[in-house]
Amino acid sequence: MADRRTFLGFGAAAVLVLATGCTGGATEEAPTGDFAGDVKGNITVLTNRTDLATTALPEYAKKFEAKYPGTKVSFEAVTNYEGDVTTQLSSGEYGDVLLIPNTVAVDQLGQFFEPLGTVDELKTKYRFVDEKAYDGKVYGLSLGGVANGFVVNKRVWEQAGITAPPKTTEEFLAGLKAIDTKTEAIPFYTNYKDGWPLSFFNSQRAILGDPNANERFPTDANPWQPGKIQHITDGLLFDIVHNKLSEPDPLTTNWEGSKPMMGTGKVATMLLGSWAVPQMKDAAKAANANPDDIVFWPFPYQTGGKFHARIEGDYKAAVSKTSENKATAKAWLEWFVNESGFAADQQAIPSAVGQELPAVLKDFEATGVELMELPAATTNSGKEDEIIKASEIDLAGNIYRQKLVDIARGAAKGDKESYFAELNKRWSAAQSQVMQ
Amino acid sequence: MTTTMQRRPAAVQPAPARPAARRRRWLPWLYLAPALGLLITFTYVPVGNMVFYSFHSWDGLDVTMDPVGLDNYVRVFTDERYWRVFLISLYYFVASFAQIAIALYFAVILSFNTRFRNLFKGILFFPYLLNGVAVGFVFLYLFQPDGTLDTVLRWIGLGDQTRYWLGDPDIANISLAGTSVWRFTGLSFVLFLGAIQSIPGEIYEAAEIDGASRWDQVWHIIVPGIRRIISLSFILAISGSLSVFEIPFIMTGGANGTRTFVVQAYETAFQFRQIGLASAMAVVLLLIVLLVTWIQRRLVPDEEVSLS
Repeated sequence: MADRRTFLGFGAAAVLVLATGCTGGATEEAPTGDFAGDVKGNITVLTNRTDLATTALPEYAKKFEAKYPGTKVSFEAVTNYEGDVTTQLSSGEYGDVLLIPNTVAVDQLGQFFEPLGTVDELKTKYRFVDEKAYDGKVYGLSLGGVANGFVVNKRVWEQAGITAPPKTTEEFLAGLKAIDTKTEAIPFYTNYKDGWPLSFFNSQRAILGDPNANERFPTDANPWQPGKIQHITDGLLFDIVHNKLSEPDPLTTNWEGSKPMMGTGKVATMLLGSWAVPQMKDAAKAANANPDDIVFWPFPYQTGGKFHARIEGDYKAAVSKTSENKATAKAWLEWFVNESGFAADQQAIPSAVGQELPAVLKDFEATGVELMELPAATTNSGKEDEIIKASEIDLAGNIYRQKLVDIARGAAKGDKESYFAELNKRWSAAQSQVMQ
Repeated sequence: MTTTMQRRPAAVQPAPARPAARRRRWLPWLYLAPALGLLITFTYVPVGNMVFYSFHSWDGLDVTMDPVGLDNYVRVFTDERYWRVFLISLYYFVASFAQIAIALYFAVILSFNTRFRNLFKGILFFPYLLNGVAVGFVFLYLFQPDGTLDTVLRWIGLGDQTRYWLGDPDIANISLAGTSVWRFTGLSFVLFLGAIQSIPGEIYEAAEIDGASRWDQVWHIIVPGIRRIISLSFILAISGSLSVFEIPFIMTGGANGTRTFVVQAYETAFQFRQIGLASAMAVVLLLIVLLVTWIQRRLVPDEEVSLS
């Protein structure tokens, strides 16, 4: 969760193309998989947290093994999680419990994972159940959720005379300009080179306060029209860069290096998830700055006089369809989500309903923001991904946003109107094809 | 060998030799089997798979593959975004001339008796030994604002020439092509040096007795003597510049107008999960490289080198 870099290995990719074996996948009819049997024996858990695999995770395993005697949980840390596990999926050997790689489309979930129950039934117990669900069946449980918004250095914003989160994009831009003139700090840091931080401009769909936003999105042929969500979010990115309020040379940014810059106030603002706040505070501490300067603000847009911020689950964990010990795998998964305290330890939103929010998010809620879960599309399930593929506009990625930044800083041809028109054109061509 | 066989009268051939000859016919295949097995498994089967994928719409994971005929190829050739990226290869192609010139220059100098020649050989070859990813990271720091390059320029009084080496779209591709030259000059250099050293020493001695200058020796002995290697270098340069990947991928991720054809194919395959379309791109690239190589062979026939 800490570093959401999806750096697919080229070697792994070659292996993937070579892999000829595919797992057979007759679609399951029952709402839940077959979890019969005793909770006993060994299971293997794949994790992307290489930093915790030999430290914190075995501690959790010990508690689980104490509760269910005769079980043994071992961890397999995968550095290049997305790429390597995608390859492993084709081989049929992918552990007993694993995080669902984002490369698996929702309609393919049944090919690789056991259904854990219906959405309606699990919704009462867990948050974010619909994010990896298909056909009413849930395939993965979130290990913790995050909110989306701006990580800001409060001290720098205060120096520029702003103490409360701006309510409109104009106010926000004016604030950045004030930072530019009154302080030494870089008002906004895009992290353009690493790319993935740009994708957080896609995580702000909740600002319109519409719980059906995901269902409705693929029905819109022109999301970059003025007033629509992409025009608001991508437009803000464009204006920030166009007004020279971002880092001077975006091509040489560095995520690790940006953390102490934020911590010490050399950078005032970044658009990220709430998971970044503890990391920035740590960086501030390490640089002898005040970690209390780092706070989390909502996206500067209000609907009905209120901020809305999307909360969403991080990687969802699932039980492998090829597991030979599904009973234990499911027991571990449920224990890990409900009882381990992992989410709280990570300052994440616990996915079990009713558990308390971490401190970072309590402060965030105190700014008057409504935390919103956006249910995944059901009737238009998977359509958005198909349009993204067909149009090659990586809404959830960074490729087209890097181009946007290039245009905004004058390094590529075009302007805001021409690029948004082009995006609308490409999107609607693919959209009409997919939605028929 | 066939001529000697024909000369021998058939009737004279001893009868018992026949089964042995037949056995000898499959014996070479036995020796070749491991190599052929590896070659077929790891070269031709994957290429066959790739061609197969290129006629399908597949995301690399799904159990079903939908055949789409030539759609993927039509898209590669008609959508401007796919073939435009080939133009970026021109930067690397032009740079490869500089690479060959530099490599040839040093190879010639270091083939004569130069002081510290072994040290210089090592220094020139060293960049090629470095891992491409490491090279990418090293140059990322070099090109940073106030990074190594800017500092050096300031030392030598060219401080006003500093710019955003990767951030400025007019310079970015030149910076990346320069990195590529730095990395691959060592390889061309070693090829040239090996070829030059295979020219017999007596020829130089004879030329010196005839009063030929160093320049004459270079022009009339060395260049004709290594013509095949120079020709090979150009083939490598063309296919290399069409398939540039790791330097732009590591250093800019293809942003700021530095996206090469292979970076585009990579994104298509693994960011947009269109393995079929990406395979079609790979097939197109393969065909172009084969075509260029073929044209090159026709233009520069592979004649025997003769120095006499």
